[in-house]
Parts: sequence; structure tokens; C-alpha cells
Amino acid sequence: MKPFAFARPADAAEAVATVATEPRAVFLAGGTNLVDHLKLGVARPDLVVDVRRLTSREITDTADGGLRIGAAVTNSELAADRRVRERYPVLAQALLAGATGQLRNLATTGGNPLQRTRCVYFQDVSTPCNKREPGSGCSAVGGYTRYHAILGTSAALPDPTAPETCIATHPSDMAVALAVLDAQVQVLGPAGARTIPFAELHRLPGDDPSRDTVLEHGELITAIDLPPLPAGARSAYRKVRDRASYAFALVSVAAVVADGEVRLALGGVAHKPWRASRAEEALRGGPVADDAVRHAMDVELTTAQPQPGVDGGNGFKIPLVTRTVVATVRDLTQETQA
Amino acid sequence: MTELLEPRAIGRDTVRRDGEAKVRGTATYAIETPVQHPAYVHPVQATVPLGRITGIDTSAAEAIEGVVAVLTHENAERLASTDDREFAVLQSDEVAFRGQVVAVVVAETSELARQGADAVEVTYAEQPHDSALRVDHPDLYKPEKINPSFETDTAEGDVAAAMATAHVTVEETYSTAMYHNNPLEMHATTALWDPSAEVPLTLWDSTQGVHPDRAAVCEVFGLEQEQVRVICPFVGGGFGSKGTPHAHVFLATMAARAVPGRPVKLGLTRQQMFSLVGYRTPTIQRMQLAADRTGRLQAIAIDVVEQTSRIKEFAEQTGVPTRMMYASPNRRTTHRLAALDVPVPSWMRAPGECPGMFGPEVAMDELAERLGIDPVELRIRNEPERDPETGKPWSSRNLVQCLREGAERFGWADRPPAGHREGAWLVGTGVASSVYPTMRQATSTARIRYEDGRYVAEIGAADLGTGAWTVLPQIAADALDVDEGDVEVRIGDTRYPIASVAGGSSGTNTWGSALTVAAREFRTKFGRSPADGDEVSGDVDQASKDDAHAAYAFGAQFVEVRVNVDTGELRVPRLYGVFGAGRIINPRTARSQLLGGMTMGLSMALHENSVWDTRLGQVANHDLAEYHVTVNADVGDMQAHWLDEHDPYVNVMGSKGIGEIGITGTAAAVVNAVHRATGIRIRDLPVTLDKVLTALP
Ligand SMILES: Cc1cc2nc3c(=O)[nH]c(=O)nc-3n(C[C@H](O)[C@H](O)[C@H](O)COP(=O)(O)OP(=O)(O)OC[C@H]3O[C@@H](n4cnc5c(N)ncnc54)[C@H](O)[C@@H]3O)c2cc1C
Ligand code: SF4
Repeated sequence: MKPFAFARPADAAEAVATVATEPRAVFLAGGTNLVDHLKLGVARPDLVVDVRRLTSREITDTADGGLRIGAAVTNSELAADRRVRERYPVLAQALLAGATGQLRNLATTGGNPLQRTRCVYFQDVSTPCNKREPGSGCSAVGGYTRYHAILGTSAALPDPTAPETCIATHPSDMAVALAVLDAQVQVLGPAGARTIPFAELHRLPGDDPSRDTVLEHGELITAIDLPPLPAGARSAYRKVRDRASYAFALVSVAAVVADGEVRLALGGVAHKPWRASRAEEALRGGPVADDAVRHAMDVELTTAQPQPGVDGGNGFKIPLVTRTVVATVRDLTQETQA
Repeated sequence: MTELLEPRAIGRDTVRRDGEAKVRGTATYAIETPVQHPAYVHPVQATVPLGRITGIDTSAAEAIEGVVAVLTHENAERLASTDDREFAVLQSDEVAFRGQVVAVVVAETSELARQGADAVEVTYAEQPHDSALRVDHPDLYKPEKINPSFETDTAEGDVAAAMATAHVTVEETYSTAMYHNNPLEMHATTALWDPSAEVPLTLWDSTQGVHPDRAAVCEVFGLEQEQVRVICPFVGGGFGSKGTPHAHVFLATMAARAVPGRPVKLGLTRQQMFSLVGYRTPTIQRMQLAADRTGRLQAIAIDVVEQTSRIKEFAEQTGVPTRMMYASPNRRTTHRLAALDVPVPSWMRAPGECPGMFGPEVAMDELAERLGIDPVELRIRNEPERDPETGKPWSSRNLVQCLREGAERFGWADRPPAGHREGAWLVGTGVASSVYPTMRQATSTARIRYEDGRYVAEIGAADLGTGAWTVLPQIAADALDVDEGDVEVRIGDTRYPIASVAGGSSGTNTWGSALTVAAREFRTKFGRSPADGDEVSGDVDQASKDDAHAAYAFGAQFVEVRVNVDTGELRVPRLYGVFGAGRIINPRTARSQLLGGMTMGLSMALHENSVWDTRLGQVANHDLAEYHVTVNADVGDMQAHWLDEHDPYVNVMGSKGIGEIGITGTAAAVVNAVHRATGIRIRDLPVTLDKVLTALP
């Protein structure tokens, strides 16, 4: 823990300018992730800028029939919104599958997708971690990998000492739903406003695991837009975890089933919410019986890399995620037929 | 045989006397003790699992404004006794396990103490460490005794011969994980050293026993009992981890002595608790059962391998319940330890019985399956008439009644067949027995005084949230033959007469016995119309005693498990326990104890697992977001019932102790139910979904 200055700017533009000029400044929203990291020494900012009251706390209808969610809308408010529950059940379900009521009352639309990995080594400053301390190595490789990635990891057999190694997963449930919904992220930065497709917000570790997203320093999420789903589309979120509530996903699936189209995003398997586009492609226009979905998932998982570990590793995620996708799509299609 | 107290207050469902203060938030816990101008203490922990400190640079920490002192092995006071190496804090440059405290920072605020701790720079000469428990560890040794003082090994007859000739045998290895007690209230000590005061050292410590706490501190610091006062009115759970003091109590005391006259507060973080306040050793249990075709056991044996730390031995008595649970002519129990470079293990709710009722109770289920005998019936057929271990008759043993009543309540006879499926769920049912010895400690004194028309009883007992504040007045009222409202019992302070630790489910038995002795003395001396200020003391060793019987509480747990056919997710719609635990002093607090124990047993079955990272020598998942305990959503209908049991041998209350029995057997019942649902026999805890995945359609 280290002392920091605290600022409460008057508006979003001032907040952006304040953070942009201070290299070790961070935004604070609900604080449910950042404050933990301040205590643990994982985050060591010089300046904390409170943006909680600087972005919209409204959910508004958009001209195209979708919704715009202000960045300050809490996870509880969003999950309870009638329009979200009726039109985007996948999102409401994902939100309610996350954390607890108390946390969701504080957690925000801007903060949730930007929460950081739960990798236990990332959270323990006494162990090497490329994400926390670039170049220090990755303690997770060969360690406790139950909650780690099987897709999009840096190398076939990751080298724990290499600076690019990271096998962390992104922990947000909400983000998996937003990925399947083709959400758009509204951002205000030092260079002005821009829109980022949600699927492009999060990064794979690539050669710099310290960066979770493509946001530049000082860029503030102001809102997230949901485009309308096709008429008759059904959606659902299924989260599989080690206990019935209050646990992060081992794997999760956000699915949308519409006429001739299946959209799938996977959680708990990669450094980012994983849009299963190969599986989607394999299923396009065809039947969505169990076998077809299973086959599509085989295609999706051809590059999957199970990680060994002190607790038996995470190879079980490969059959688990396939089974979960098959069951979720089955439930949605049976619902459609019914 | 003892004439039991006539129950008037005893047996009543009275509300917790401390409940209102807790709900209102006015009950003060150790870290909240209101003191003047406290300083805060934060430990610095070793980041290597084995080695020597080659340098400690405290200058950056000391330069922080608001840092009052930094203590290391270089400047800390020399302790009077360093015999107990867990207690011998900051005495040498040796690091014996990762997470050991190598320095403490004392500062004006807890934030500054933490910042100061981050700024202490420690360099180490690291040595190769060994922290991996293996059944074939080359350095396994036989401890002299196992906790607290049982024989390490026992043998009777010839197990091998019986195994070779029996109709059916089971020979399997089971394992339980490493567990951390994780009480809600984190360990904390507020300490004041005021050399000019009559009692120079005051500790407000979260402890299961103020007197044992004081004794340890006196020993380590070379102080007299009169120089130390320990106060602890409320404890937010301990589960054994506050049964003995741990390093932080000595660190807080040391810090207080470094800033005389100023109180200090040391509150451990949840993460620090994973290396500093004890844990349950992982156990590996090799079981052998042999039976004739009717299911009668011909042999029962358990060979246990577990760990301890290199600096202090704790030998969990895992094999002990196998010595007395079932009748069998041939028997063997052994315990072997590996002393590793790991934190010091210690008591955790039902040490011995909790892990020790896992392997055997799953093995019994495997035996029942191989014999084609109902597992309830198999247990009944192996009911011993006397304690197989000592040959003594039972003070009372109602396992069979617990099994029968549990089966009845659960609907066992109509349970669905193996592999039964309902929608997306496979359904299985399982049973296991529970047991816990009935104990009474040798030392405890109660003082009763007549004061302003009421009876005030004082005893240095502890209430961990268990109910001592509530049940002790019930006992005292009946012993004095007065209304409960006319009795006040004061606990949690060494100013009151000495009391034993709240452990081994012995608190009520021990303190209640002392109270009844004092009450009897009081009436003998002062009759029924005492004068204000009349006072006597009574010792537990004057209470009637019975050595002729083997005294245990028994129970049976029944569980229904559902396993999702797609994902392997596990849910527990029903968990019922029936216990024969003597007379229940207060049904409200008793129910909480039994359900609490069962919940913890369920947690052990499905979730709890301190994942040991053998490379680093530490628990990887060291916080409550990653170390999972069972939540409400995992379970549906949980019920705890008890028999109306009359035991005239255990003590004058007829009580057997209920704090621990609930956790025993639960995990085995769950494993047995999962087997019935899926056909998979999981012998290594916890039962997680990945372990059943391959068996699903
Ligand atoms: C015990 C526990 C269990 C949890 N379980 C789950 C779970 O099961 N599933 C799940 O999905 N989540 C879970 N969470 C995480 C929780 O959902 C997140 O902590 C929360 O959503 C973060 O939102 P916040 O507003 O509090 O963010 P903060 O903590 O305030 O911020 C998080 C990050 O986002 C940045 N930030 C915040 N707002 C903006 C913005 N508008 N623009 C740019 N940057 C911003 C901050 O600088 C910080 O880096 C859990 C958390 C805890 C503590
Ligand atoms: S997996 Fe990523 S976050 Fe975890 S230790 Fe490795 S580099 Fe750090």
C-alpha cells in the first residue's frame, strides 16, 4: 500500500485531462476491484481520479432500437432494467451470475469490463508476474492453473520466464455477454471521442501481457451501446463454477440463437471474452442439433492448450466448455421450438 | 453414575445473551478495543520458503513520517523462552517457511504500517526447500505421540491374515486436502505495555482461552501471571485456530513493549492467515477392510501419512476414530509424518475425527457395495458392544438409533436407484456415521458471589460465537436452583478464575461442571438465603468423575446429491444429521453448532482446498474469493436432529459436547452419494465437477 492523491474533477473532460497528464493516474468507479488492488499493492498509482459521478447513470433507448448504457449505471441497476431483461436476457443473466448483490450495487458498467484478472499470482506481489511487473516472468505456468486460459495463450508450451508469457483469463461475466451482443464502447480520450467494437476492446497477451485492453492511458469509457438483436432471437448465459454462487467462472457461455444464426462467446477460457467465430461459422445456416454443435466446438478448440499445474491443471475445460455450449444451445433451440 | 441436574433452565430454547450487542454492533472484538492513541503493527513476511536473511534494510521504512518503530531479528528483544519455535518471533535470521514474519512495522495508522512494511527490504540466501507431502516421502517418521497424547500406532490381531482370507475386502487410499480454519473474525491482538501499572501487560486478544493465552505469553516473555491480563469477551469464530496463540500474539506483545505506555493493534489480513495461524494437514489414508459374507468386519486398518512443520510438530490423530468405531477382531492404526518446510499445522474443528471419518466411512460404503448390503445395515451389523479399543462399556452409544431415525426422516428405504436421473440431474443418496469423544478438561474454576440480589458467576471461559454466554447461565441457574434471570455469568477475562481452552467440544462440559461444583458449595455454605457478598469457588476436579466408561457422541448423516449431466455441477438439495450427543443444554445454540459443523463438512466435501504450490511453498488461493467455502445456494434443506439421550456417566449436566461432531462424516456421505448418482468413486477431496465429468453421458 502506498499513498496517493485523490481528485474529484468537475466533469468527464477534466477527468480525462487529469489522468492523461499524470502517467501514474487511474480512474476510480465502484472501486470493487481497484481498491482491493490498492491494498494488495497490485495497483500503485500516484493519483486516483473518481469518475463515479461524471458519466451517465441512465439507460436510454437508441434510434436503431437498441440501448445506450451510461458508464456509471451499476450492475444491479442494469440487471434489473426491464428492457435489458426482456431484450437481452443474456446480459441480465450474466450480470446476476457475477459477484454478490453488495458488489453489484457498487460495480459499474465502465468498471466491470475493465476489472483485472483473478490470477492468484497477479494478486500476490511476492511472486513474478508479467502482467503486474512486465518482464518478471509468469508464476502461473506450471502452478495453480484451474482458472487459467486454454485459448489464445502466447505459445504452445508457455515459457514461465519469457516476458510475453501470460495464461490469465478475463474474469468478467458481463463482458462475455457484451461480446456476444456486438456491443460498442463509447470512449472519451485526450484526443477526443471514439467508438470501439466490444470484441476489440480486450486484447490477447501478445507480446505485452500488462495491457488488458486497447484503451490508451487517459481514455474513459462513457457508455456502452447495445445494438438490437434480430427479431425472434433468444439469448442466454450459462456459467459453470466451483460453487453455486459467488465464484468466478471455470467456463461460461453467452449464446444468441436466431434464425439461421448462432452466436457464441466463451468466458473463463482466454485472456479476453472469446468470441467463438469458428464455431459460429461451422454452424451457420445448418442444423443446431447436439452433434453439430459438438463438432463446431471441436473446430473452435483445435488450437486449445490445456495447462498442466500443481492442482491437476485445466485440461477439463476442453470437454467442459463443449458440454456447456451444447447444453446452452440445446436449451435455447428447444425454447424456440416450444 | 451421577444424578443429573434437574433441567429447568437447561433444555430451554433461550435467546443468545450476547445476541443483541452483536446485532447492534456494540460488542467489541479485539481489534476494535477502544484504547487511547493506538499505534498499528503490520508484519513483513518472508518471500522464500527456506533460507537465511542476509540483510534487512529498514531505513526506507523508518524514513516514512508516521513510522514509529521497525522490529527485526537484529533489534528485537531476546525472549525468555524460544523453546516453541512458532512463538519465538524475530529471534534469528532463519526462515523456516514462506510467510514467516521477519519484521514488524509500528506506525501511527494501519495504512502507514502497511506502507512501512512494503518499504522494508529483505535479502535472503535461499535454500532448496521441500514442501510436498507424498505417501512415499523418504523422511516419514513415527511421532512419539499424536494429538494430544494418543498412542501413535495400535495393533491387535493379524490384519494381513484376515485380508488374505476374508470373503470381501476393500483396500483403497483416500486423501483429504489442506484446509484453513478461516473464522470470519481475522486474528487480532490489541496490546498495552505499561511498566508502571500494577498489571503491566494487557492483551485484548481474539482467543479460545484467555488463560492458556496468558500462560504462553508469560512463558515466552518471562513474565509472572500477575503481570499479564488477557481480555476477550467476544470471538468471531476460531475453529481451533485461536485455541493456541500464534506468532502475531507475541509480535503484538513485543511491539507493545517497544512503545511502552502506548497501546498497539495488530490485525492479520486474510492472506496472512494462510501462513500464520495454523491449518489442517493434508492426510493420505490407506484403508483396509475385510468382512465375512454377512458383512461382519474381520479386519479394519488405517495407515495415515500427513505432514507437520519442521519447526514444530503437530501430529493430527487421524487414525483414532478407526480404533473405536466398529467391532473387528483384527485392527491396526498407524501415523507417519513428513516434517516439511511449511507453516505450522494445528487444531482445526475436530482434529483427528474430521479427516479420520472420511476414509473409513467411504471404505464402509465401498464394502457395502461389494457385499450388496445396505450401507446403513452394514454399519448396524458392526456395532461393537464395548469400546473395541479399551474394552470399556459405553457411557451411551446410540449410533444405531441415529442411523435408524435418520433413515426414517430421510426416506432412505425409498431412495431412488443408483444412477437415477431427473431431467438434467443425476440423483444420488449417501450415508455416513459421525463420532466425537466426550471430554472434560482437568482445570477450571468458577466463582459464585451473591451480589445485589443476584448470583454472579465468574469464569475465564470463552464464547467463540458458540453460545457460552447463554448456556452457562442456564447451567448455573439449575445448579443453584434459581431462575435463569437471577444469574449473571461473566467470562473472557483472566481476572476471573482459570478456565480451560474452548476446544475439543469440552467447554460446556468443563466449565459447567465447575459451575455446578461452585453452586453446590455455595448452597452448602450459605444455604438458600445468602448475604450480599457471600462467595465461593468450585473446581472441576471436585466434580464427579467416571473412568469406567468410554464416552462418545455419535451421529449419522444422510445426504442427497445432484450432479448435472451436462456440466458435472454438484448440488446438495438435502443434508440431514441425527445426533446422540447427550442432553442438549439449549436447542437454539445447539442447532447452530450442529448445522455449522455439517456446513463445514459439506464445504470440505465440495469446495475447501488450500491449493499448495509446491514450487513456491505457499497456498496459491490465499483469500476468500479463491478459497471457496460452501454458500447457501449450494444446499437446500439442512436439518439437525438429536435423540433424547440420557447419559448419567459423562457429567452432571449429561452433556457430551456438540461443537465438532457435525463436521465428522459429512464429506464421506457426500462422496457416497456422488458414487450412487454417477458410479464414480472419488477418493480424493474435494469432489469437484472435473472429477465426475468423464462419467457423464
Ligand atoms: C469477491 C469478488 C467476487 C467477484 N465475482 C465476480 C464474478 O463472479 N463475476 C464478475 O464478472 N465479476 C466479479 N467480481 C468483480 C466485479 O464485478 C468488479 O470488481 C466490478 O465489476 C468492477 O467495477 P467497479 O465499478 O467497481 O470498478 P473499479 O474497481 O472502480 O475499477 C476497475 C478498473 O476499471 C477502471 N475504470 C473504472 N471505470 C472506468 C471507466 N469509466 N473508464 C475507464 N476505466 C475505468 C479503473 O481504473 C480500474 O482499473 C467480483 C469481485 C469481488 C471482489
Ligand atoms: S498468468 Fe498472467 S497474470 Fe498470471 S502470473 Fe502469469 S503473467 Fe501474471
